[in-house]
Amino acid sequence: MSELTLARPRTPRRPAARRNNFELYSWLFMRISGVALVVLVLGHLFIMNILDGGVHRINFGFVAGRWASPFWQFWDLAMLWLAQIHGGNGLRTVINDYARKDATRFWLKVLLYCSMVLIIALGTYVIFTFDPNITD
Amino acid sequence: MTATAEVSTGSRGNQPPVPDGAITVTLKIRRFNSEFDDEPRWDSFEIPALPSDRVLNLLHYVKWYIDGTLTFRRSCAHGICGSDAMRINGVNRLACKVLLKDLLAGGDKPTTITIEPIKGLPVHKDLLVDMEPFFEAFKAVKPYLITYGNEPTRERVQSIADRERFDDTTKCILCAACTTSCPVYWTEGSYFGPAAIVNAHRFIFDSRDEGAEERLDILNDIDGVWRCRTTFNCTDACPRGIQVTKAIQEVKRALLFKRV
Repeated sequence: MSELTLARPRTPRRPAARRNNFELYSWLFMRISGVALVVLVLGHLFIMNILDGGVHRINFGFVAGRWASPFWQFWDLAMLWLAQIHGGNGLRTVINDYARKDATRFWLKVLLYCSMVLIIALGTYVIFTFDPNITD
Repeated sequence: MTATAEVSTGSRGNQPPVPDGAITVTLKIRRFNSEFDDEPRWDSFEIPALPSDRVLNLLHYVKWYIDGTLTFRRSCAHGICGSDAMRINGVNRLACKVLLKDLLAGGDKPTTITIEPIKGLPVHKDLLVDMEPFFEAFKAVKPYLITYGNEPTRERVQSIADRERFDDTTKCILCAACTTSCPVYWTEGSYFGPAAIVNAHRFIFDSRDEGAEERLDILNDIDGVWRCRTTFNCTDACPRGIQVTKAIQEVKRALLFKRV
């Protein structure tokens, strides 16, 4: 850089707009969703396995009763989405760290993303379309 | 044993007399010579040594009096130049900073010391590795003063507190002990590695430098600081006692809060 370049002094050569923050946000998401999942999953385990009679009282009616409330629908939905994306992102970094060939990396990630989309879609579908008056 | 016409002999002839108080230790060294070997092999040497000897002394003994073909780097031999980083008993250390007395097996058990080249870099011969990938990552973070505008007519002044901010990371001697102790680096060499991040940290947090934005952009990449899994191997390996993992976390924090 010559000494006469004074057009924009103290301006970084690379504008900040070019910054790709994906890895930053994925790292941040892991921390936040991790904390949320501790509450959600431990709460879930407590209700399902310990509170009044625990696992023995769980039947169709129990699940239907819980999902009648939007609160528990949201709880389960949040748990499903956060656990899937948190776990999926964790596996993505594991694949990035350990896959040695680009082809292996690509196909493992395709498999991972497909399974994530499938489970999230299926779980969301069940939570929202659950019919307590089902008859067969 | 006298140095006769054997194939492998030391480079300095006869073995010197064994000093009083010397004990016999086994040095198990990972050897590789691309001219003869397809695979690395282990060679063991039984040598007399004093507890006050450094591991580097033991390697010198092997090279000078037993097998002159043993190849390793060393220069100052006092922990300043950073040439003799190697894996000693499974952890990265400078051979000139590890004393034999700290490696002795307890009781009367025989002592075996394993020595391997640092991991993750291509081995040229024995303990000598190709440092070029390591230095490429170092150069990629622009480890030099970047300023814009006119040069000041006097020196660039800095307060004691501002200097203190990055004092820890100025101590790096580029021995590669940290980078080659990192499990992420072992499997994925495209990761910049702890040493490059430490040297970026040294300038990012320097109040006289104006290139922090550029360096943070570089380290925000998929191969940058977010690859760090905070295993603390680097902090344990650093012969200068730099809090390497802490420095990496500080760079992460600077990226997260957009503040240096």
